Amino acid sequence: MIRLILWRLVQIAVTAAILSFCAFMLIALMPGDPIDLAIAGDPRLTSEDAARLRALHGLDQPVTARYLAWAWAVLHGNFGHSRLFAQPVATLLGPALLSSLALLGLALVLAVVSGVGLGALAALRPRAAPLVQGLALLAQAVPSFWLGILLIILFAVQLGWLPAGGEGGWRFLVLPVATLAFAHLASYARHAASALSVAMAEPHIRTARAQGAGEGRIVWRHALPNAGVPLLTIAALDAGSLVSGALITETIFARPGMGKLIYDAVMGNDFNLALLALLVVAVVTMLATLAADLAQRWLDPRIV
Amino acid sequence: MAARFLVVLLLLALPAAAQTRDTLSIGITQYPSTLHPNIDNMVAKSYVLGFVRRPVTAYDASWNLVCLLCESIPTLENGLAVRETTPDGKPGLRVTWRLREGLRWGDGTPITTADMAFAYEAGRDGATGIGPAEFYRSAYEFIAGDDRSFTLRFDRVTFEFASLGDFAPLPAHLERERWASEPRTYRTRTLYDTQPTNPGLWNGPYRVVQVQAGAAITLERNPQWDGPAPAFRRIVVRTVESTPALEAQLLAGQVDMIAGELGLPVEQAGALIRRTGTRFRAEYRPGLSYEHLDLNLDLPVFADRRVRQALLLGLDRAQIVARLFEGRQTVANTNVNPLDWPHDPDVRQYPYDPARAAALLTEAGWTPGPDGIRRDAAGQRLSFELLTTAGNRSREATQQVIQAQWRQLGVEARIRNEPPRVLFGETLSRRRFQGAALFAWVSAPESVPRSNLHSDEIPSAARNWSGQNYTGFRNAEMDALLEALPQELDREKRRVLWQRLQAIYAEELPSLPLWFRQDAHIWPVWLHGVRPTGHLNFSSLWAEEWRVR
Repeated sequence: MIRLILWRLVQIAVTAAILSFCAFMLIALMPGDPIDLAIAGDPRLTSEDAARLRALHGLDQPVTARYLAWAWAVLHGNFGHSRLFAQPVATLLGPALLSSLALLGLALVLAVVSGVGLGALAALRPRAAPLVQGLALLAQAVPSFWLGILLIILFAVQLGWLPAGGEGGWRFLVLPVATLAFAHLASYARHAASALSVAMAEPHIRTARAQGAGEGRIVWRHALPNAGVPLLTIAALDAGSLVSGALITETIFARPGMGKLIYDAVMGNDFNLALLALLVVAVVTMLATLAADLAQRWLDPRIV
Repeated sequence: MAARFLVVLLLLALPAAAQTRDTLSIGITQYPSTLHPNIDNMVAKSYVLGFVRRPVTAYDASWNLVCLLCESIPTLENGLAVRETTPDGKPGLRVTWRLREGLRWGDGTPITTADMAFAYEAGRDGATGIGPAEFYRSAYEFIAGDDRSFTLRFDRVTFEFASLGDFAPLPAHLERERWASEPRTYRTRTLYDTQPTNPGLWNGPYRVVQVQAGAAITLERNPQWDGPAPAFRRIVVRTVESTPALEAQLLAGQVDMIAGELGLPVEQAGALIRRTGTRFRAEYRPGLSYEHLDLNLDLPVFADRRVRQALLLGLDRAQIVARLFEGRQTVANTNVNPLDWPHDPDVRQYPYDPARAAALLTEAGWTPGPDGIRRDAAGQRLSFELLTTAGNRSREATQQVIQAQWRQLGVEARIRNEPPRVLFGETLSRRRFQGAALFAWVSAPESVPRSNLHSDEIPSAARNWSGQNYTGFRNAEMDALLEALPQELDREKRRVLWQRLQAIYAEELPSLPLWFRQDAHIWPVWLHGVRPTGHLNFSSLWAEEWRVR
């Protein structure tokens, strides 16, 4: 097991290195550099200013040289400075990562719990299945930004129960978590319904029933562990897509998290911030996949 | 008895309500990239810094240059400005400013000539990373007088000599050593970004007490401020980039007002006020944001100025403003705002006249083809791209109407929109647009449009893609005017030059003028004294005048 974990960690490191190079090149290929954008916004910038600023920011160097300089600095623990926020990148990432982890973690838990609950309801009570399917369809169809605005209008503007946005205590998390979780519960509900239907038809469930086990115990102890294996894979893969979903949620609820940070950094040509933020998200996603793989092995020892 | 009880309750409640208004929460749609006053130029930064630091001079709400830190505006008449010859033998100016007595940084240190000298040295050093350095190149010598006066020698004579613009004092007692140790990395080590809550950085009625990167900046009264005491103990400037979310935060009471400088589009503000009745007040301030269509004059279709004139005559701008913007934009005839004194009301105008437009196109050799689109003698269709910033709903709606109105003239405008960073960072700056581009310029009062109209300002690789003459406009008389205008100190003589500039602009139409945007300022009914300016010296520069009633 330890060898497997070490091997996967090496794979993660190699993937992160390749990803950093690809991301750097892609951002560099985007039209316009920061100085072009500055010139467009300030008529007083002269040709002389443009040349001076490009040299000052190292933008007059070839892209590969810039990448190697960045990689060398990162390997020495220097993550650089964000051009957009005038702060060291590491200083910016900490609070943003914590904000996003709180949002994404709670949204993931809520989506899994409510999705699996609805899936179980559909699997065990076939008459409720159309209702669950309809709800799942709705969850998939409703755009996050629209749902977010609706929730703000209802709970913040009309009822005044919750804040409309920003950061603070738990009350500031309720609406963004609900918005993000609702968009993701559909896939868990569908997969849980399908996996539980299959699991409930397995011979060992019949045996458990014959032995007089209660329905709750059958589902909880015998069916769910089997149905949980594919759900773990979905949850691990979902970690990455949650970040992209978080961009919309973070924008609507004015939360300075990772999704928004990455978007701003890429659009603002902030190489240092964009690269490190992308790498952090990628590594977190890969670690989540590794954790899911390990959990699958724990749940089903037949998996090698 | 019950009535008396209610009155007593009400009287008790009133002071409590007033007390709760010692904090003002302001919503804006952008977050400042840095808080350093002299590095980078950004609307959000200028707005926030308006509360916490004061420049030496600024344009007020009446668009007049006024002193904020100085005793009087230098003029030739008061002797603070003197014509002289530069060491190179060119005509130059020697201008003296005197700082007001009693000015202090937030930590109690007096603001002196040493702070101006440090700002000058840092600005002159190219390694500091200050964006536009033309001011520092032109001001070739700084002469320190006593503790409160300093003189700058300029290598040219310009009518703007009295304005110090972004050249503001920097706290030498905090920043000089930090800068001098390594100017090249100063911008990443400045206290303005590493320790923005240091009170010694600020000299306005407020100082920064908390920064939440990307989300909010909290300000509190500066005890060292020597001007009138501001009404609010605390101001929180929150960044909410999505305008529907910003509106929701206003309605939920999380923000008290939305700054017009970086707030809601006029149409959204109008709808909000209609829905909320008397809860908020809206003030619409015409400003210097000039919405227009830049034409790529290198394209053969735009070579004939009659075509450009026909395109403008074929646009019902008054109708577009009435229908899309509730009549709240000022239709433009040239790039000079009607509120700016050089504006010439007699300049040639182009009211909607599709018949005249069609006649002009026919005269220019463009006749209707079988598909309704006009063609020239060689069979070339009168067709071009119409670009704007993707995601900007106002511009995208405008674009649709323009396309439809030109279609009626037999002109095909093919819509192709791009994200702002692609449009401004590549397509326009590299002059790769194949038609017309709809966007806005923001300027200052009496701003000479050299970078947009001078032939030397056409972006090219040789000039590092600087310059904003995206149309490629070349006109020898215009070039001469743009060179003569800044050097003419006599206002009446300048007026004549401005009139000629506008006449050429209206005749040649390198860009098609659309309208000057208005900013929608949304305030709670209890807030008074905010004076929107309509230019880049924002209302926050006079925050000490804001009052609760």
